[in-house]
Amino acid sequence: MSLEPQELAELKTKIGREPTSTEIQIVAAEWSEHCSYKSSKKHLKMLPMTGPLVISEKGYDSGVLDVGDGYVVTAHIESHNHPSAVEPYGGAATGVGGVIRDILSAGTRPIAIFDGLRFGNIEKDKHARWLFKNAVTGIADYGNCLGIPTIGGEVEFDECYSNYALVDVAAVGFGKKENLIKNHAKKGDLVVLMGGSTGRDGIGGSQFASDSLESEDRSAVQIPDPFIEKLIIEAILEARNQNLINALKDLGGGGLSCAVSETADTLGIGIEMDVDKVHTREPGMHPDEIMVSESQERMLIITNKEKLKKLEEICKKFRISCSVIGHVTSGNLMHVKKGSQTFANISTDIVANATLLDRPSKKPEYLAAIQQEKKLKPILDYNKTIMKLISSPNIASKIWVYGQYDHEVGIRTVVKPGQDASVLRLDNGKFLSVKIDGNPKHCYINPREGAIGCFEEACRNVVCTGATPIGMLDHLQFGNPQNPEIFWTFLESLKGLTDFAKYFKIPCIGGKVSLYNETPSGPIKPTPLIGVLGLIDKKPLIPQKIESGDFLILIGNTKDELGGSEYYEYVHKFVGGNCPIVDFKESKRNMSAILDIINDDLAKNAHDCSKGGLAVAISELCMSNLLGCDISVEGIPGEKLNIDKILFSESHSRYLITAEKKNLKKIEGILQKSNTPYKIIGIFNGKKIQFKKGKKSIIDLSVDKAQKAWLNSLRELVMHG
Amino acid sequence: MKVGVIVFPGSNCDRDMYHVLRDVFHLNAEYFWHEKGLPKNLDAVILPGGFSYGDRLRAGVIAAHSPVIEDVRKMAEKGIPILGVCNGFQILVESGLLPGVLLKNTSLNFMCQWTNLIVENNTTPFTNQFRLHQKIPIPIANGEGRYYVDDDTLKKLKKKNQIVFRYDKVINGSSDRIAGVCNESGNVVGMMPHPERAVEPVINPIDSKPSSLIFESLLNTMGVTQ
Repeated sequence: MSLEPQELAELKTKIGREPTSTEIQIVAAEWSEHCSYKSSKKHLKMLPMTGPLVISEKGYDSGVLDVGDGYVVTAHIESHNHPSAVEPYGGAATGVGGVIRDILSAGTRPIAIFDGLRFGNIEKDKHARWLFKNAVTGIADYGNCLGIPTIGGEVEFDECYSNYALVDVAAVGFGKKENLIKNHAKKGDLVVLMGGSTGRDGIGGSQFASDSLESEDRSAVQIPDPFIEKLIIEAILEARNQNLINALKDLGGGGLSCAVSETADTLGIGIEMDVDKVHTREPGMHPDEIMVSESQERMLIITNKEKLKKLEEICKKFRISCSVIGHVTSGNLMHVKKGSQTFANISTDIVANATLLDRPSKKPEYLAAIQQEKKLKPILDYNKTIMKLISSPNIASKIWVYGQYDHEVGIRTVVKPGQDASVLRLDNGKFLSVKIDGNPKHCYINPREGAIGCFEEACRNVVCTGATPIGMLDHLQFGNPQNPEIFWTFLESLKGLTDFAKYFKIPCIGGKVSLYNETPSGPIKPTPLIGVLGLIDKKPLIPQKIESGDFLILIGNTKDELGGSEYYEYVHKFVGGNCPIVDFKESKRNMSAILDIINDDLAKNAHDCSKGGLAVAISELCMSNLLGCDISVEGIPGEKLNIDKILFSESHSRYLITAEKKNLKKIEGILQKSNTPYKIIGIFNGKKIQFKKGKKSIIDLSVDKAQKAWLNSLRELVMHG
Repeated sequence: MKVGVIVFPGSNCDRDMYHVLRDVFHLNAEYFWHEKGLPKNLDAVILPGGFSYGDRLRAGVIAAHSPVIEDVRKMAEKGIPILGVCNGFQILVESGLLPGVLLKNTSLNFMCQWTNLIVENNTTPFTNQFRLHQKIPIPIANGEGRYYVDDDTLKKLKKKNQIVFRYDKVINGSSDRIAGVCNESGNVVGMMPHPERAVEPVINPIDSKPSSLIFESLLNTMGVTQ
């Protein structure tokens, strides 16, 4: 885990001499894929990153959106895949810790956590079950202790994650615009390291994460301490209130190497530091280790002599360590000393800016064949199919997961987990709706359309709460970028996301690229994960109790799009077919019709159709309300399709609305006026979920039985496997 | 009229409680850091929930040795209303101000869910506005919320009317489904569920009025009319 030979040669040329061992360690950490984005950076520029609400300041690790009345929302997403695959509890927990510090470093208080978790097939694979269970506990123990609610996310299982784990964590912060930290520094300012001690954990973590996972390098995994993180949050916010922070950066991948070089490079300053001043967990640590340790719960602060005393008082109150490790110099050198001996003295411009690569790409061979449909065995009993799907790990209720997360603390959670998107109240009377979505099954069959689908699904979810999308976070997770076929899937996904973002004018406010997600058995499926933030000015649609006699309306076209569906893959074990494709115009029209219906207060619930298609989406409404529904599938909007496609196609841009009879006319008025395809397909009543085509009964299922299976199957599987 | 909210290192429901006291019930609330002494003029003290000291060793046990607890003890003896919520309840139990202990839930997991409480004692400073056996929809959020007492203590609690709240069904293995208790004089109350998360309609999916009665009882006790 060091520099490639050609990188070492490049470093020598750039500095005009032999680098010291410390310099090599620093540069290796900073030039790793994880820290430098060297494969992706050139291409990421295509995403739109500005907009009327976006606030850009130098040195922020999170995106900032102006939500009006002097308030801002910050957001960021990170993953901790490699560490979680080795040590799921600590890996997942420190994943939460890292993204929280990104939010904190803008000077905002973290107010919500979201997690996207992906593992192998937990029905067969005990190791995957162990990873899943411990990652959930790691997130719960960390987030709960911080008192930051984990209010949303998703969990998915797929063979492509066998012996591996994707642990993605997003966080949202909130604060006053005037309290944002405006990073600045001048010669003579002091460089302070605050928080946990620097130890021998997480050594070389960023290089570890920039290679395929072949060994279990436990020393590269960091150790979590949420109590210290909580103290840091309060101490930093108190210091911010007293204006004691000139510049702030969290220590994440690459540890001090990365934090010091990037801060100096961004602010156009030099930094001289002494490793002897760093508070360490154990004696005898070598400067190289100190510089690349990824010990958690540490923040780098630039302050000045006048402010230092007050800062130290705050740290004393919270009993957290704070060391002056150096000072700001003119020029642009990062000078690392131990006492009077120099260990590194190198331009931060060289350290912080790895040479960007232009990797070759090539359309993967497998794609030509995989989009073919296949004749499948006919279904004889749809009741059994539905029961199988709603009990499947990917579709079953995730209450076993979010029931372990404190999702109420902070008293902002208006729409709780388990719904389409989660909604938080803000101090200016507005509401923030957030959802993260991924879909590797779709992305594998069609990397471009699959990625767009994830983006649209996240938008649909926030729209279902009455929110208008205002910002996007992307987390692009792929295998080894040196493989041109993998790199092609990365580029295709990115292009798709860019097109959608531009068409809908949703700026990308932050993101992360995670490559080398591979084990000896191969790469993961392309797994872009998209987070969408939506703003609600007046009032959110909080899902209401559906009563007997309420109506069910389907909005949007159902198409011949079963490729990558749960129905094909879970029921028929068939990977392939037509991947759902988002029609941008239809998507926009349907979104605005739904928002009109919600804003006029006409709907009791809005729910999107996604995994498992129409049959599962309707069942979810019934099961959540323990109420039956009579559904007619004749004449639903879209092309003429066979019953399998009607029930299980995962076409995008579709919504279900429930409403009282008195509001039907007005709803129809809105839909007709905008030419939005719809059909009133059901009436809620009784205790049975019944799908009929004409007089023929297709599904006739006890909602009670269905609900039990849906709520309990995931817990049963984890506990008793 | 002044209510003190005690803040320990790592407390994380302190701000929620403070918001409810000030912005919802318009009380004069003030934070007190655990190393600070409490002024004599406080009319009530609340120990909020949320992981003091990261709940290391055992929830509430380190905070129970904080300097502020001696002042809380003196106030308890003087009959001043004291409420411990969740971690605050664990601290009151660990400091011996309330009987019993709080163990890990039988699921061995952290549990965050809405549940129903039944009011079993409507004479305390925090329950005097309830009907006896009134139902309160309210959320819990804890890993160590299983209240445990031995049979003799349970008998004593029943006899002295010290059981303040019960869950309406078995959720975490608590002795006799106990969710909250008081001391013999009734002025010190501890409860695992979070009333501060349930008093505002926008975040309460069921009914915010019953939980509000916990704070309205305190207002009534302190002689505040709203």
